Amino acid sequence: MFVQFTTWDIVRNLLEGGKWTLALSLIAFVLGGTAGLLVLFLRMARNRVAQALAKGYIELFQGTPLLMQLFIVFFGLPLAGIDVSPWLAAALGLTLFTSAYLAEIWRGCVESVPRGQWEASASLALGFTQQMRHVILPQALRVAIAPTVGFSVQVVKGTAVTSIIGFTELTKTGSMLANATFQPFLVFGLVAAGYFALCYPLSLYAKSLERKFHVAR
Amino acid sequence: MAYQFDFAPVLAHTDLLLQGAAATLGLTAAGAVLGIALGVLGAICRAWRIQPFSAAFGVYVEAIRNTPFLVQLFFIFFGLPALGVKLSGWEASILAMVINLGAYSTEIIRAGIEATPHGQMEAAASLALNRAQTFVYVVLRPALARVWPALVSQVIIVMLGSAVCSQIAAEELTFAANFIQSRNFRAFETFFLATALYFAMALLVRQLLMRLGQRFIVGRPR
Amino acid sequence: MSLVSISGLHKHFGTNHVLKGIDLQVEQGDVIALIGRSGSGKSTLLRTINGLESIDEGELVVDGTALHHGEGDLRALRQKVGMVFQQFNLFPHLTAGQNVMLAPTVVKKLSKKETEDIAKEMLLKVGLSDKFHAFPDQLSGGQQQRVAIARALAMRPKVMLCDEITSALDPELVNEVLAVVQQLAAEGMTLIMVTHEMRFARDVGNKLIFMHHGRIHESGDPRIILADPQTPELANFTRAVM
Ligand SMILES: Nc1ncnc2c1ncn2[C@@H]1O[C@H](COP(=O)(O)OP(=O)(O)O)[C@@H](O)[C@H]1O
Ligand SMILES: [Mg+2]
Repeated sequence: MFVQFTTWDIVRNLLEGGKWTLALSLIAFVLGGTAGLLVLFLRMARNRVAQALAKGYIELFQGTPLLMQLFIVFFGLPLAGIDVSPWLAAALGLTLFTSAYLAEIWRGCVESVPRGQWEASASLALGFTQQMRHVILPQALRVAIAPTVGFSVQVVKGTAVTSIIGFTELTKTGSMLANATFQPFLVFGLVAAGYFALCYPLSLYAKSLERKFHVAR
Repeated sequence: MAYQFDFAPVLAHTDLLLQGAAATLGLTAAGAVLGIALGVLGAICRAWRIQPFSAAFGVYVEAIRNTPFLVQLFFIFFGLPALGVKLSGWEASILAMVINLGAYSTEIIRAGIEATPHGQMEAAASLALNRAQTFVYVVLRPALARVWPALVSQVIIVMLGSAVCSQIAAEELTFAANFIQSRNFRAFETFFLATALYFAMALLVRQLLMRLGQRFIVGRPR
Repeated sequence: MSLVSISGLHKHFGTNHVLKGIDLQVEQGDVIALIGRSGSGKSTLLRTINGLESIDEGELVVDGTALHHGEGDLRALRQKVGMVFQQFNLFPHLTAGQNVMLAPTVVKKLSKKETEDIAKEMLLKVGLSDKFHAFPDQLSGGQQQRVAIARALAMRPKVMLCDEITSALDPELVNEVLAVVQQLAAEGMTLIMVTHEMRFARDVGNKLIFMHHGRIHESGDPRIILADPQTPELANFTRAVM
């Protein structure tokens, strides 16, 4: 059997895959951001053990390939009796990956808040969580927005790696289409264009935020 | 029954893992040298606005930074043969790594060049150095020294990213791990050890490059 | 003809008319102190003599090398004119010796042996022969500025320009730099220096130029005009700074 693909067929299929790329990116970014906040709190905590744990977590994820992280989730969870689909493994793996990077980015932002702010708020008898919540984070947030948006580009690009564990997003769809159509140049060109369409606006937005922030300072 | 971890079937293939690790390091070394060289070239064109190269590098940088490495790799390996460019897995991997690192280092090094204090350029001009001499003797090394830590981080990102080169049959560390786990059916243990190797390599490469930078770029071993 | 000859020189920054027709002759061996309020155009004048600022109108000739409207052989000019900056501007990745050797090596293409000899000679002249292998950040401000002087001298310039070269220094380091300049003057080097050190200007300079609003407002023998200013502006200025 031989199926003839028109360019439109290819684009339509890729758009379908692109939806999953988008969904996975959003999930990883939102969940990863939430988890990242948690890691950030541990990282900034006065408790030495918490600090060390958070630091190790961050270094582990920043020091190993995303593909290996996905493999370990994908092949590791079943050993604990948890059945994982590629979709779940992809979402979990990318969430962990995102949380480590965001925690580290945000730590830099928190540390850019002058020491005096910690001391002033401590002198008002605020506890650690209150200091973070009312004094430090609101100031760090301003600094954090641009690099956070910038990192979202890395998340979108990271989703491509999940194709290797069999999650059918944009890249996987592209691979299958390239095989079926014998037009890899066209297909991967379109796939690249799809990622570019997702990422470039985010990059531009991050850059404009950065510029705005520097002017405001 | 709980799963019994067994690393012995992986350790039986230690030689394959180490060969793969060496291949990953080799890919990284080639990618780093050529990629940073490309970055210096791109940064000069961008910082000095040498048209039309500056504009071309601008497009290149954005194209690479806004698409996944894996897709770049597939495009080169599967797509380029349509243009008559047929590359082996190794060649395609190195090319993709160079192109990828070249784009990031163009931006990183350009920032380093643009951070050159104005007084440095004036001092060089007052000593009658021309533009090229000023760049080579006064601007370049301090610019690289300023951004060296960022460049090292990028090299490591590229090294870790090269795990996906296993997908085009470049026989690096991940490829070796994949091969081993297909034989011993110990996927978790195999990938666990491979991950540990990557982690150690990342630490090692960072240390090594920071030292090399301190010695040859900052110019003063501390 | 004079060593440095400036006539009808004008310079604008946008709509800001900074130099409004400067005429100045500098003879071989002159030591000229440029004084004046901040913003009066002293630095700009000095920088045009080195080609760091282009000329809008007028002519500048240094030892036969001419610039008109920013046209001319800048690099030939710069080989005849040495410049020392307020902020030293040493190259941080090079040792003191390498800083001094750079221009003779890459511009004059002298051999390594020759440039090393020059560097040793010049560092000796500024009293830093033991700092050949020191990096700038291992030197005090006064030492860095002396290396900068040695670096400029290494090109064997016909005239040296010094723009407030002691202003960035801690007070206790000022004298070691001034002593080097004084020695250069005694050896017959032609010097044009912007300075706030009035005593130094009076004792070492043979000519004083007071700039005001982009013009040479008053000039002459420093001992005479500082003691007896002819214009109220210079009188005000000397009262304010002395
Ligand atoms: N690069 C420049 N661009 C624009 N304006 C300048 C520049 N350099 C100097 N100026 C202006 O020229 C005037 C003279 O400056 P300058 O020569 O530095 O004075 P001085 O050295 O006597 O303090 C000032 O009004 C200053 O703002
Ligand atoms: Mg000035």
